[in-house]
Amino acid sequence: MSENALTPGIIAGRLDAASLAENFSDLHPPLDDHEALVAADRCYFCHDAPCMTACPTTIDIPLFIRQIATGTPEAAAETILNQNILGGMCARVCPTETLCEEVCVREAAEGKPVLIGQLQRYATDVLMATGKHPFARAEPTGKKVAVVGAGPAGLACAHRLAMLGHDVVVFDGRNKPGGLNEFGIASYKSVDGFAEREVDWLLQIGGITIKTGKRLGREVALADLRAAYDAVFLAIGLGGVNALGLAGEDKDGLSDAVDFIAELRQTGDLTKLPIGRDVVVIGGGMTAVDAAVQAKLLGALNVSLVYRRGRDRMNASRFEQDLAASKGVRIITNAAPVAVHGNGAVREIEFEYTDNDLNPTGQTFRLPADQVFKAIGQTLEGDDLPVLEARKIAVTGPGRTSVERVWAGGDCAAGGDDLTVTAVAEGRDTAIDIHATLVG
Amino acid sequence: MADLTSNFIGIISPNPFWLASAPPTDKEYNVRRAFEAGWGGVVWKTLGEAGPPVVNVNGPRYGAIWGADRRLLGLNNIELITDRPLEVNLEEMKRVKRDWPDRALIASLMVPVNEDAWKDILHRVEDTGCDGVELNFGCPHGMSERGMGSAVGQVPEYVGQVAHWCKKHSDLPVIVKLTPNITDIRKPAQAAKEGGADAVSLINTINSITSVNLDLFAPEPTIDGQGAHGGYCGPAVKPIALNMVAEIARDPATAGLPISGIGGVTTWRDAAEFMALGAGNVQVCTAAMTYGFKVVQEMISGLSQYMDEKGFTSVDQLVGRAVPNVVNWQDLNLNYIAKAKINQDECIKCGRCFAACEDTSHQAISMSQDRVFEVKDDECVACNLCVNVCPIEGCITMEPMAAGAVDPRTGQVVKEEYANWTTHPNNPGKCAAE
Ligand SMILES: Cc1cc2nc3c(=O)[nH]c(=O)nc-3n(C[C@H](O)[C@H](O)[C@H](O)COP(=O)(O)OP(=O)(O)OC[C@H]3O[C@@H](n4cnc5c(N)ncnc54)[C@H](O)[C@@H]3O)c2cc1C
Ligand SMILES: Cc1cc2nc3c(=O)[nH]c(=O)nc-3n(C[C@H](O)[C@H](O)[C@H](O)COP(=O)(O)O)c2cc1C
Ligand code: SF4
Ligand code: SF4
Ligand code: SF4
Repeated sequence: MSENALTPGIIAGRLDAASLAENFSDLHPPLDDHEALVAADRCYFCHDAPCMTACPTTIDIPLFIRQIATGTPEAAAETILNQNILGGMCARVCPTETLCEEVCVREAAEGKPVLIGQLQRYATDVLMATGKHPFARAEPTGKKVAVVGAGPAGLACAHRLAMLGHDVVVFDGRNKPGGLNEFGIASYKSVDGFAEREVDWLLQIGGITIKTGKRLGREVALADLRAAYDAVFLAIGLGGVNALGLAGEDKDGLSDAVDFIAELRQTGDLTKLPIGRDVVVIGGGMTAVDAAVQAKLLGALNVSLVYRRGRDRMNASRFEQDLAASKGVRIITNAAPVAVHGNGAVREIEFEYTDNDLNPTGQTFRLPADQVFKAIGQTLEGDDLPVLEARKIAVTGPGRTSVERVWAGGDCAAGGDDLTVTAVAEGRDTAIDIHATLVG
Repeated sequence: MADLTSNFIGIISPNPFWLASAPPTDKEYNVRRAFEAGWGGVVWKTLGEAGPPVVNVNGPRYGAIWGADRRLLGLNNIELITDRPLEVNLEEMKRVKRDWPDRALIASLMVPVNEDAWKDILHRVEDTGCDGVELNFGCPHGMSERGMGSAVGQVPEYVGQVAHWCKKHSDLPVIVKLTPNITDIRKPAQAAKEGGADAVSLINTINSITSVNLDLFAPEPTIDGQGAHGGYCGPAVKPIALNMVAEIARDPATAGLPISGIGGVTTWRDAAEFMALGAGNVQVCTAAMTYGFKVVQEMISGLSQYMDEKGFTSVDQLVGRAVPNVVNWQDLNLNYIAKAKINQDECIKCGRCFAACEDTSHQAISMSQDRVFEVKDDECVACNLCVNVCPIEGCITMEPMAAGAVDPRTGQVVKEEYANWTTHPNNPGKCAAE
């Protein structure tokens, strides 16, 4: 047990630098050449492959795996990136266990799918290590498109537009592009500054200007963009967070999981990042799991993840849940927060057990907590947006909004899962629709 | 992306990957889908004479052998030429060629050995607009019993004669497809060339029995308790095909005769190997039958990447590049000395190299108490067996010894100069070194 393990409160340096480095290393270490060949060998090159259908960006998985097997990982990478320009990030963060790998026929045959995600990472790593960018721009069209938001949706859209010959300016409110790839994804899924490297690599296509610190509704207005550009793509993600609606929610020690994760992602020195001794995370999605796991990896003594419904209803996949459990996170289900106790700062948080229909049971319990992370969903922020539907921007077909020449995609648009890969697919498909509209 | 355009005896196709004459090319439906998938050309399933078509068996016609994980390595078939009427095939060919003018479409033909039969069929196929004909002298079963297929291909005079008739009665380029079921593949190739053929293609399938049913005591595939030998193809036949292609490519009598390489082509690398040994293009059957038409996409991307890496701007720059390095055994340099070397970081200590070398080779690998395997340079003859049995690619390598070093096995200094068996002191028939 480390020196600071039992110290109460939110403090830095619970673990030494070496333990932290070990804890935050690659979740799945990259495959070496031999491992990649053995893994690729297992693919049956299925006809009309189920894995390909399950991929939101429809990567030709059998083809790219065959290209790895025949010693041309660079060609494999092109097959991947042609469909999904952020194939490198997706290889690291996609919940493959609920996408391609879930339906792999070798999952049916032996309960062990082909390691599609890891093979995708192998191929894209090989290509990106060459520093080369395999795509070139078409003849200039003379059209200009504004993209708002430099997350996966915005970047994928910008890249495809640039490839099709348009000039693209991307506005982002933050000081760095990448969106949640840079500020949200768990550290151990994207190590060594991969998000930043990937953006740099993507921009090699040319024709894309990124303007950071430019927030829609603050420095830029939609009307101005519509006037100055031939088309606008809104990909602003979900900037807001839901509140618990509890008395005492403003006590010290309570914060949003996404802010904690963003801070963690941007911290150069993890020994300086404070974390509680008894941490409680409220929520049941990927954000909740990531916050809980990373709290534990930072050295929190007790970490509980509390979700109001049953385990089968959690948005985090079984793999994510098991990952949390394996790191020592205690998962409590069917319990909703009812009160925050403490004097100025949180000391305890009280829950009431709920049945499967969320009806209160009258039975309550308290968890000691010096730090509480809320991870009960993100919301769309901003006024002056096109018409909404279910609190997101309403779209028809490939991202068309209620406003002419304005498209939307990614998390901020209604429909589709809130996943990196879905954002990429929507960004790409919107680019194709914008292109068709502009050059008709 | 390199330009893969292929010009084979004047027949242009967007890439050098053609489907061989076989079930994948048996009808319009297939061929259209093959072209959509990216194949550069097809050799239509072999056509026979007009009149009632041949009949196939109605039971299993394929047998196979598999590698680990049931990967299909060799396929055997007892299928005949097309069993659909000639007129139907010809109409379909015409339609397909009209709609796909940039792809190669070759008619494969097999009719009895008489001039009128060949003259007649040639005139009929000319009307389809096809780019050339391939004479099927290869089919090893069913047709050979009727005096066609390999029964012709095994007699060089017949091969030359039919090639001659075809050149006489048609302006179409003529490719002669050779059977491997013959002792010296150069003979029919020479005959084809003398007969005026524009090219040869090889190999057709090899006589084979893939397995025996030990309950029925009959070869497989078993039809009502009996089986017949079939024709073998797929990855397992590639080494045989490569050698036959190289034999023709380096035979002075046939050097320069265009070759279409066939036999086990499954990946871009297989294709590149055939081409390096002198094949102007390749034909594929089993890989398409195993993985579907889409398999060509890997061949295209892989060959393209390889050509880019090598700086080749045309497939012709690859064709025949390895031919000068194919020599007879007696021409190999006996002063070249290598030793196996085990990379301890890669080794997983399975001991397969040890078993192979200790039990069946030169006792040149040592094994320690804690399972460290090392090559004994004073015993190693560099036979390469350990390299071939090691499960880890690249773990054991063959390291050439530098000139001037002493070979610990023989105590001799490694010589710089080249010297082969023809001048070796142990050779009773040696000629004096100049
Ligand atoms: C903690 C966490 C972990 C996750 N883990 C995974 C995972 O492992 N796998 C997975 O597939 N998905 C994961 N997701 C979901 C995934 O990150 C998102 O679905 C994806 O990033 C959505 O992409 P996007 O481009 O729509 O939005 P974002 O990535 O949110 O990008 C939006 C961008 O717009 C900018 N922006 C916002 N408002 C404005 C404005 N008004 N003006 C200008 N710019 C603005 C933001 O700064 C940001 O750069 C996770 C999400 C979170 C929160
Ligand atoms: C089922 C089957 C039928 C074939 N029929 C023909 C044929 O009609 N004419 C012909 O020239 N070759 C025929 N072949 C031989 C192929 O064209 C080819 O020469 C051979 O299969 C080797 O190539 P591969 O290893 O790529 O399969 C046939 C092969 C198979 C498997
Ligand atoms: S389902 Fe599995 S085996 Fe089939 S193509 Fe996809 S990865 Fe390969
Ligand atoms: S492959 Fe098709 S035609 Fe052949 S036996 Fe199977 S189902 Fe029948
Ligand atoms: S066969 Fe290869 S892996 Fe096995 S012991 Fe020998 S060198 Fe090592």
